[in-house]
Amino acid sequence: MFLISCPWCGERDQTEFHCHGEAHIARPENSLEMDDAAWGDYVFFRKNVKGVHLERWTHDHGCGRWFNAARNTATDEFLAFYKPGEAPPADLERVS
Amino acid sequence: MSRYSVFSLVRNAFSYHQNWQRAWRSPDPKREYDVVIVGGGGHGLATAYYLATECGITNVAVIEKGWLGGGNTGRNTTIVRSNYLWDESAALYGHAMQLWQGLSQALNYNVMYSPRGLLHLAHSVHDMQEIQRRGNAIYLNGIDSEFLSPEQVREMVPFMSMEGRYPVLGALLQKRGGTARHDAVAWGYARAADAAGVDIIQNCEVTGFDIQDGTVTGVQTSRGRIGAKTVGVVTAGHSSVMAEMAGFRMPLESFPLQALVSEPVKPVVDCVIMSNGVHAYISQSDKGELVIGASSDAYNSYTQRGSYDIIEDTLQAICEMYPLFTRMRMLRQWGGIVDVTVDRSPIISKTPVRNLYFNCGWGTGGFKCTPGSGHVFAHSLANGDMHAIAAPFSMDRFNSGALVDEGAASAVAH
Repeated sequence: MFLISCPWCGERDQTEFHCHGEAHIARPENSLEMDDAAWGDYVFFRKNVKGVHLERWTHDHGCGRWFNAARNTATDEFLAFYKPGEAPPADLERVS
Repeated sequence: MSRYSVFSLVRNAFSYHQNWQRAWRSPDPKREYDVVIVGGGGHGLATAYYLATECGITNVAVIEKGWLGGGNTGRNTTIVRSNYLWDESAALYGHAMQLWQGLSQALNYNVMYSPRGLLHLAHSVHDMQEIQRRGNAIYLNGIDSEFLSPEQVREMVPFMSMEGRYPVLGALLQKRGGTARHDAVAWGYARAADAAGVDIIQNCEVTGFDIQDGTVTGVQTSRGRIGAKTVGVVTAGHSSVMAEMAGFRMPLESFPLQALVSEPVKPVVDCVIMSNGVHAYISQSDKGELVIGASSDAYNSYTQRGSYDIIEDTLQAICEMYPLFTRMRMLRQWGGIVDVTVDRSPIISKTPVRNLYFNCGWGTGGFKCTPGSGHVFAHSLANGDMHAIAAPFSMDRFNSGALVDEGAASAVAH
């Protein structure tokens, strides 16, 4: 079980949150021109990294807002929390 | 290799069981093999066994970074069933079910397959509609399934609370479903594959693939390079890591899935009981432990441990359904890393790299299909073309949209 720091509410128990998988996947703007391979790649294929994973969370049983986190999936250690629209911290690889 | 029999048991009794032959060799890797299987779990070992015994390819190595069956093969809840909705799944899991029935004899190793019956409970009108739809589909595919009334369920499981928080309105019963001893499946396949000439190389981690002009030519390992004409990757939760080494991505996410067992008690649960509505399933091992399965954690992780809140959710459901067990103590809890696809069906497939094949995506429920998976994967590797049963499970389906959506059938009990 983790403690998670919501960027708006502060540190709370993991059970208040829900993870929504890999972050920073932009919806393609030219979907009408995309072929099946490119569309399938966008919808289904994921990095699923063993190491530093940038992921989306919601604070369901709190403020209800979305945010991003960087977590090492090999150890479950959180490295950073940041708001939507912000870039991930630059020095994550070094931290892990 | 000497066969196990009542005579070998008597013969070895004379020497106080000190002289049993080792179950498999521990050879040094050769420079090159016809087929290299990456991953020494049940599916990988089964693949090697069927390659050597049915496909006539004995120059095979199984490379395992840890010990045999130390991953999800040794971490599941040993449940065997084939009650899946779609025709493609019925063909695959039904094929496995047929192999389970003769497996101990084929391997000369008791895998303790026990068709003790598997109950899938329905707690709501929606559940009843789901099991009726799926039960009829299963029946049309020639796989045994029966609908039970609440009275019939009570007769099978008299200690279940059927009118409480989770009322039982009916159930789907697969009589050939049940359990098998998970470790014995790995060991049985390993011993039989070794006897057929397969080299099983443990404590040897694959660190990369040698790829020339889009064709795999070998693997880099912690014990040096091993050449291979064909490579089959069967690495469950770490499949995305292997794919990254080969230069492509998989439609997979890896989650921790946990299970737990209680202290051993006298026989009380003589079947497997599961339901989609109450995400806790239960059976009893031959040692007497209650074996309890839970949900997976809903975040990517490779840590092989699960969250405590999942245990709490699981056990409150167990206590609610089976008040008899409220004072039982749990002995052990563990987690495995499962590689989940969005349609909850496996990937048995060619890849963008020639002669490199993946067998993965079994998610939370691969154990039940160990023999079938190994069998169709072996034939696919041997022929260079996917076996007819495996063909619908190509990773191309995530681009074409021809998914095999088994969310309802595969969500619980493995």
